Amino acid sequence: MIYKGKAWIFGDNIDTDVIIPARYLNTTDPAELASRCMEDVAPGFSKKINAGDIIIAGKNFGCGSSREHAPLAIKASGISCVIARSFARIFYRNSINIGLPILECEEAVDSIKAGDELEVDTDTGVIKNLTSGGIYTAMPFPDFIKGIIQAQGLLNYARKAENRNV
Amino acid sequence: MGMTITQKILARHCHKEFVEPGELIMADVDLALANDITGPVSIEEFKKAGGKKVFDREKIALIPDHFAPNKDIKSAGLCKTLRDFAKEQQIVHYYEVGRMGVEHALLPEQGIVLPGDLVVGADSHTCTYGALGAFSTGVGSTDLAFAMMTGKCWFKVPETIKFIYHGKLNPWVTGKDLILYTIGDIGVDGALYKAMEFTGDALKNLTMDERFTMTNMAIEAGGKNGIMEPDDITIEYAKARAKRDFEILRSDDDAKYCQIIDYDVSKIEPQIALPHLPENTVGISEVGNISIDQVVIGSCTNGRLEDMRIAAKVIKGHKVHPDVRLIVIPATQNVYRQMITEGIIEIFIEAGAVVSTPTCGPCLGGYMGILAKGERAVSTTNRNFVGRMGHPESEIYLASPAVAAASAVKGRIAHPEEVAKI
Repeated sequence: MIYKGKAWIFGDNIDTDVIIPARYLNTTDPAELASRCMEDVAPGFSKKINAGDIIIAGKNFGCGSSREHAPLAIKASGISCVIARSFARIFYRNSINIGLPILECEEAVDSIKAGDELEVDTDTGVIKNLTSGGIYTAMPFPDFIKGIIQAQGLLNYARKAENRNV
Repeated sequence: MGMTITQKILARHCHKEFVEPGELIMADVDLALANDITGPVSIEEFKKAGGKKVFDREKIALIPDHFAPNKDIKSAGLCKTLRDFAKEQQIVHYYEVGRMGVEHALLPEQGIVLPGDLVVGADSHTCTYGALGAFSTGVGSTDLAFAMMTGKCWFKVPETIKFIYHGKLNPWVTGKDLILYTIGDIGVDGALYKAMEFTGDALKNLTMDERFTMTNMAIEAGGKNGIMEPDDITIEYAKARAKRDFEILRSDDDAKYCQIIDYDVSKIEPQIALPHLPENTVGISEVGNISIDQVVIGSCTNGRLEDMRIAAKVIKGHKVHPDVRLIVIPATQNVYRQMITEGIIEIFIEAGAVVSTPTCGPCLGGYMGILAKGERAVSTTNRNFVGRMGHPESEIYLASPAVAAASAVKGRIAHPEEVAKI
């Protein structure tokens, strides 16, 4: 899958309380969650981004609470994928399970600037910075993870009979 | 080659003699847990995936604790979704308001989680049960839905970091201080993807309640699970509550650790985690004069009976500072009742504190003590992230129940010895 969009930069240890504050967790509606995404650190974020845009972040992105509402809010906001130095483990699993592509790539995080136009190929792990011309490579997903993301999540994937024994 | 206790539990639950770090396994779960925030998302996923019956109605726990008793109409809807599903599926471990407690205090107290178990919960503090010598870890709602359907969850077997605590604890230094110190040392991603095994002479005399506090906060260092080998204190605790057999497992002498970290606890004083990360930990003598508006004593981290006893010991005979709201939240109904029996509630009310019914409430900025812009709280909870307890410009200082109680009296962050004698 190839994703194209503009880069939005965040720092280290962006926690799930910041991604979607608990005061908005009295709903499970992705669109409502998306409208509050990142609002404590980047007010108006959900209104400023365009569909396909990409989050670039530092280490330990998604630390804290296990709320799946966090990747759901990011995905429903229109963000197409997240590239970080590293991810907290529950967030990592949750993102894959709901079909939000996430990649770990130090050199991309070091080089990409806010507003750069990016093209990300999650099959090969190649990240192209169309603004600067830079090319970086993340570890691509193994096939079963690609399958989960293409099916838009783990349970959709599991429903397909041919995947039941994976 | 030997195995750590974490490897052993994972191996037993995927029916293998041996598993090694990095190996991917599909394991049987003894309990799958969700609450009123994460449960409804799981239930939606369960139904969307065509789920009809849960894999075992005795191995699922559904607990409305985060926004319960219902804080608003939407939360009431979430709790109702949980309740209706529990009825439809005849879930044995559903706890209604009046019987419920904060999930990670309630389940061990009721003997529902036992040594040797493998537990997944759609709540990051599920790692708490490691104090019993169980493997337990937080997952998201989709993983939990999968576990409710199949009784299984996939894992990558983690490497283990061993933390050895030796020496004599200083007065007023508790399990909370040890874990805050540890997180301050290794950082909020210091144990990312790894098991944290806590051991050493200094932990031998810690009560179960203090041990739960330590394993509870493993996630605050990025850990997959926190765990302790069971000893006599663990076995006594489990035996008094268990309604089924359980297995005591320990790490082999030749088990492999990716890192071993040694702490001399005699050098550790009561700890404070400054805003806005649990790793911003300093000794209380370095904090300086920080005035506060609110104190919260409670949560899955520090809402158990021993926490209430030590806070009451500090506050007895004193008044809460006029500029401070002290909010005390027993984590379970049993803790609440025992506080009545022991006269602890009387002490808090006499001091000018409010005592609430069990709820997660303010810990995650839900309700029962939200902070206004610019306000500061000392809290015995587990996270001091931006906006965690209210306004994005409020501040949370994490501390032990003893420090929290002393701070409530002084109106600033204070050492318990300023207020009470041990």
